[in-house]
This record gives sequence, structure tokens and C-alpha cells, in this order.
Amino acid sequence: MMAADRRPKTRYRRRLPEPAGRRLGRDLTGLAAAARPVGVVFRRELGGYFATPLALVFLVIFLILNGILTFQVGAFFERGRADLVPFFRFHPWLYLLLGPALAMRLWAEERRSGTIEVLLTLPVTPTQAVLGKFLAAWCLVACALALTLPMWLTVGYLGEPDHGVILAGYLGSLMLAGAYLAVGAAASAIGRSQVVAFILAVAACFAFTAPGSSPVLGFLGDWLPVALVQPLAWFSFEARFAAIIRGVLDARDLVFFAGTIALFLFFNVVLVSAGGRS
Amino acid sequence: MAASVSPVSIELHRLTRRFGPLTAVEDVSFTVTKGEVVGLIGPNGAGKTTAMRMASGFLQPTAGTATICGADVRARPTEAHRALGYLPEGAPSYGDMTTAAYLGFVAGAQGLRRGRARRALDRVAALADLGPVWRQRIETLSKGYRRRVALAAALIHDPPALILDEPTDGLDPNQRHEMRRLVTAMAPGKAIIISTHMLEEVTAVCSRAVVIARGRILADGKPRELARLSPRQTLDDSFRTLTQGGRRPEAMTD
Repeated sequence: MMAADRRPKTRYRRRLPEPAGRRLGRDLTGLAAAARPVGVVFRRELGGYFATPLALVFLVIFLILNGILTFQVGAFFERGRADLVPFFRFHPWLYLLLGPALAMRLWAEERRSGTIEVLLTLPVTPTQAVLGKFLAAWCLVACALALTLPMWLTVGYLGEPDHGVILAGYLGSLMLAGAYLAVGAAASAIGRSQVVAFILAVAACFAFTAPGSSPVLGFLGDWLPVALVQPLAWFSFEARFAAIIRGVLDARDLVFFAGTIALFLFFNVVLVSAGGRS
Repeated sequence: MAASVSPVSIELHRLTRRFGPLTAVEDVSFTVTKGEVVGLIGPNGAGKTTAMRMASGFLQPTAGTATICGADVRARPTEAHRALGYLPEGAPSYGDMTTAAYLGFVAGAQGLRRGRARRALDRVAALADLGPVWRQRIETLSKGYRRRVALAAALIHDPPALILDEPTDGLDPNQRHEMRRLVTAMAPGKAIIISTHMLEEVTAVCSRAVVIARGRILADGKPRELARLSPRQTLDDSFRTLTQGGRRPEAMTD
């Protein structure tokens, strides 16, 4: 009885194109298979950060600098307002230095030690390797940000902040960090010198940050037409991030950061494929 | 795996590589089949490493192709690299990792998981005798151990094709002997290329020798045949005549 029931169904299924569910399943399986090498590289890289004092130094310096900037420079208490603007507003400048510092070893070190030859002759594509390394650095920044959550708790205890704005601030800060790291990772893939990678990355990050900051914009606005100053602000990490932390979470800003990350990771893949193998 | 359907082989087809005005490798072709151990020999700067880098897919050739077990290393790199165990020059590895962590990483990258990865790790640990340094960071190891870790990494997925760039460099005589024994033991099921400076190694482990100098192949044959090319009938002599004279064996025997 059961068998008789099943037979027509089988025939029916064969005549139709593959069911969407199964196709989705196969696509997901393919995606998982493609993601596995990314995970392998990610774990190695994250382990590499923690195997050296780098991760610890980064976390400690990040927290100390954040503390100084928030409480001393940002006058967190004196402002008498329950928000985290004084905490977030210095993040672009913090990442400007710490992002490249974290990213500079990603590829330059591989080239210097020759391990790039091992990595690129494993069944791992340059794209997978680039993603794995970038995500490891990004994950470390996410850990650092997570360690600042007591700031949120403090503000919540002292007053009644807009938690949505703070959440947007954290999200924005993470995207911002990703953009700086992607720039740093691409710079790291240029050569075997970490110092050169760091300097190039800081210079590039500065170009993405400074033009949008209000003092620079004000200065430029004095003697440049608005039509020229406006596009500069459009490219600026700082100006976009400033809007996010004030609570204006515009999808376009997030897309901008995601796009910047994707663009520089693409450069990174090109540099790794060309420099490592050509 | 690609290897099970395609013949075990490494094919170099007219590989050429130029760095600016310098031609490092010119028109190098040879095929290594299952059971063969080909010794790539030549003076320093002959182009051995460049040729092996192109064969492994790390370096893009200016012209020509390399194929590992039927998969072009540039067109189908993932497939080719699954079938390949490659020990680069200088045997690099991540110094900040322990032996176990590094081999675990390579096993993972080769797609081995859980039980299979554990068995592979056990196998290469025994093969390269890594027990004593299993939990040590690689940067603290002696040169010999570092090289064995790198070799173990190349062997972890038991690949049908092996390209080993100077595998015995920096090893003491006992370790060299072990390495040769290992290569000889693996030879029947694999296609192997090793490069070396040491000619006695060629006689000991290679079924075929390819002499390369100034980027070109000067001779390709069984070690014994190559030895016959010189008046004194030693491989040493043939090597010197070939590489210093830079002439082809035909010219020399005239």
C-alpha cells in the first residue's frame, strides 16, 4: 500500500525541475563548503593574534585610550547627558592608528616568512584566505568593543539613555573598524614590510577620515567652493560615523561602510593573487 | 578527490618565467608518472626553485602550464592543490604555532575533519617522528625539526603528487638517511619531484634526474645513464661537464 502510494510521487518529481528546497539545500551545502577554508584561516589568524602579545596589547591600549578620550577629552561626566557620544566620537581617530597596526601583519608577515607559499598552495583560494584573515582582525576589534559594554551599563545606570542610539553607535563603530581594517589589510598585501604597510594604511585612513571632520571641513570651506567640499565629506568615514552616533542610522551609511570593506578586500585579493603568484 | 579518477602525475609543459630582462626558467617540460622520483638538480640559481614554484601553482608562469594529476594548477587550483603536497624552499611554517596546531591547520585547510584529521596527524607525527616537539612552538625548534614539521604538513593529506624543494637541506646525516628512506617508501604510489644539491641523493632515491642550468634542461634520464655521459662515468663528473660547459650531452659525446 505504502509502496503504491510512493511510486507516482517519484515519477512526478522526476519530470519537474529540481524542487526549490533541494536546490537551496545544495546551494547552502556549497556555501558551507566554500566557507570552511575561510573558517580554517580565520581560526589560525585569530590564534596568531593571541599567540603573541599583540591581541592583549591591542585590547589594553584600546581600552585605556578609550577611557582617556571619553572621560578626559570627551568630558563624559561634565556634559551631564546620558549618551555615549563622547565615547564614540573619537573612534575614527582611534581606529585610524590601531586598525592599521592590527592589520599590518596579515599579509606582510606571510610574505616575509615565506608562509604565503604554503598558504596559497593549499586548497584555499586567495579570496577565502583574504576573508579569513580580515574576519579574524575584525573579530578582535569586536572583542575590544564588547569589553567596553560596561560604558553602556554605566550610562544606563546614571540616566535614561536612548538605547537604540547606543546600539546604532556600536554597530556603526564595528562597521567603521571594518573599513579601517580592510584598508590596512590591503596595504599589508603590497609588500613584505610591515612598517611600510602601516604607514601606507595610516596615510590612506587619514585621507578617509580627516576631510570630513568638522575642523577640516570648516577650514576647507573658507576658501573652497561648497561643490568641492561636499564630495569630500561624502567619502569621509568620520562624517558618516558622526551621523550614526547622533542617532541618524541611515542605511546608506552602513552600505557605504560595507561597500568600502568589500572594495578594499577586493584590492587585497588582487594584490595577493598578483603579488604572491605572479 | 581528483586523484582517484585522474592518473597520478605531475606534468610541466613548456614552462617559462621571466623576471624583467632575466629569464629564470625557459621552456622546461617533463612529466613525472606514478612510481617515479625525479631529482631536479642544478647549480644555485639554475631555476630549480622557480620551476617548482610554477609547478606548485604559487608562481604564475610567463608561458606554459603545469598539471597535477590532470588538474591545471592555474585553471583548477583547488583541485590541483588537493592532490599536491608541496614543501617550499626553506620549509616555511607559522612560527607562532605549535607543531600540533600547525599540522591541525594544514589538515583543516586540506579538508580533513575530526576523525580523519586526527588519524592524519597521528600518521605524519609518526612518519616524521614529531612526538617530542608536538606541543612546542615551531619557532623554538631546531632547523631539522622545523623542516620535518614542514614535510609532515606537505604529507598530511597523503597526496598522490609531491614537490619537495630541497627536503634534506639542513638535516644531519641520520635525518637525511631517514628522509631518503621515507621518500623511497612513498615512491611506488606517488609522483615525486625533489630538488637537491647533493648528487649522492639522486643516486640513492631518484629513478630519474633532470639537470637544469641557466633555466634550461640540459639532460633528462636515469642517474646511471647520466653518469655515462662523462669520461669518468660518474654522476658528479657529468653534472660538472653539463652545467659548467653548458653544452648539451649530444655535443659533448661528439
